[in-house]
Amino acid sequence: MANPVTPAKATRKMTARRPAGRIRGWDNRMAFFTLIPSLILLGVFVYGFIAWSGYVSLTNWNSFIPTLTWAGLRNYTAIFSSFRFQSDLRNLVIFTVLFIAGDLVVGMILALLVDQKIRAEGLFRSIFIYPMAISMVVTGVIWSWILNPTTGINLFFHALGFKHVPAWFLSTRFAPSIHLGQIDIGIPVALLAVVIAAVWQMSGFAMAVYLGGLRSVPEELKEASRIDGAGPWRMFWSVVLPQLKGTTATIVVIQAAASLKVFGLIYAMTGSGQDFSTDMPNLNMFQTTFQGDAFAQGAAIAIVLLLLMAAFTVPYVLSMLRGER
Amino acid sequence: MAVRRFNQTLIYIVLIIAAILYLLPVYVVLVTSLKSNATVSLAQMWNLPSHPGFASIRAAWAQLGQNFGNSFYLAIPATLLSSALGAVNGYALSKWRFRGANVLFFIVLMGLFIPYQSVLIPLLRVMDTIGLYNSIPGLILVHTVYGIPITTLIFRNFYANIPDDVLEAAKIDGTGYWGIFRYVMLPLSVSGFVVSAIWQFTQIWNNFLFAVALTNPPHQPVTVALVNIAGSQTIQWNVQMASALLVSIPTLVVYIVLGKFFVRGLLAGAVKG
Repeated sequence: MANPVTPAKATRKMTARRPAGRIRGWDNRMAFFTLIPSLILLGVFVYGFIAWSGYVSLTNWNSFIPTLTWAGLRNYTAIFSSFRFQSDLRNLVIFTVLFIAGDLVVGMILALLVDQKIRAEGLFRSIFIYPMAISMVVTGVIWSWILNPTTGINLFFHALGFKHVPAWFLSTRFAPSIHLGQIDIGIPVALLAVVIAAVWQMSGFAMAVYLGGLRSVPEELKEASRIDGAGPWRMFWSVVLPQLKGTTATIVVIQAAASLKVFGLIYAMTGSGQDFSTDMPNLNMFQTTFQGDAFAQGAAIAIVLLLLMAAFTVPYVLSMLRGER
Repeated sequence: MAVRRFNQTLIYIVLIIAAILYLLPVYVVLVTSLKSNATVSLAQMWNLPSHPGFASIRAAWAQLGQNFGNSFYLAIPATLLSSALGAVNGYALSKWRFRGANVLFFIVLMGLFIPYQSVLIPLLRVMDTIGLYNSIPGLILVHTVYGIPITTLIFRNFYANIPDDVLEAAKIDGTGYWGIFRYVMLPLSVSGFVVSAIWQFTQIWNNFLFAVALTNPPHQPVTVALVNIAGSQTIQWNVQMASALLVSIPTLVVYIVLGKFFVRGLLAGAVKG
């Protein structure tokens, strides 16, 4: 696992020992020149295209023919007042919160277990991380079978004598059911099935990061609390967990970004679901744009997603860079 | 001592239960893939196959074989290209100081965190205009470009860990920018390339969004083919599971053989650069 301290140290050392001579000045400029091809590519494919999408979202291009006349914010008012996009935002918030909470709890438990000086540690770690190497669409296909209400895991529940088995992603219930305007802002039960699949796929990441974090908690701190008579629980809550605040924040940001990008999993597992109970903005954007030919509205959805993403990733990346100085 | 042993036993019991839960999907996929059309029945989904055979896997291969070729043709060049660009960028950003380096790194890094939906409409137009829509070379270009942020980050972290003393001697000898890269850095870069290549190969192989947005049959990568098979009403689900298995094999093999490097790629975005 990479050591987070070393790059900072390296940078500091480099600035302290400035290379002398005219050649080095030229070489430093060379470093800048070598970045240019990548900067041009990203300038076009990332920043240029985002600007272009932003522009499309402000036009009337909502049919097969590109009509790039000015529409102002009309596409945004259209999506925000639509039942589908409102449902998407509800789903996105609920999914993100549950997915991250599940990841943090499962990841932490697994990391603590693996950290107990156990035998075959490598094997257990590999088992908890391997889902990360599998495509989200594979996960979607497999879990749609495991959580299929008439087959799958419910066969076990039947065998155990349960009369009422969960309907998983085919559930139409909301728990609790809270009506707000045209949508229900309770938790769509169907979405929980997707959360389970997503936690299965991604919790290995949280485990790996936490494991690194647990191992960098200074021994002296633990020793001191042990001398003070703290038991293992007390030590975890008052010594270890506070030390892992930064680690937790990192996992939250990375997983929130992953959650905002979720597409293949939903596409392969449930689709939009009954009354959009498992729909996501990403899927809505894709279908609105490429199946419904409403390009401007699709672009508006994409821009909303981008702004949501930027709201927490920009501060994260800035603090990451600042941490180096 | 007895308490300690009890605790140890409890830890292993919980670990083994967790491991079984994590491996459950593998079990379902394997047993189902080995059942034939005749013996596959929903009620016996969890049972071991009575007459295991490869009929389902052969049927899945008949559906997916060509897409497998597409995915390799896509993933290998895109992995190499994005890793090469990442190495060059990482070297520039970690071993040399120039004005605005941090700003440029920020600009590159933010590419990691964009929802790709926000570039999709222009991307399709441009690919269409330059004649790369619905082609594997088009996907190679796309994955190379959008891979630059993560490969740059991986190599920048990697090179930052190489002590500057190693470069010093070459600098004193008057070796130039590219000379140092070629004769000092590259020979030390093997594990950096392994991390980057494994990560990129896995991501590109597994990607679905660009694949489904930019290709039609017969140019589709395996992930799209799998979704088509899974969504089909006419294909038996033992064949669907066999397809899911086939699609996962290349990345799983890489993971099993080189897992340590995969985890380093996984953590690249999470550890302060």
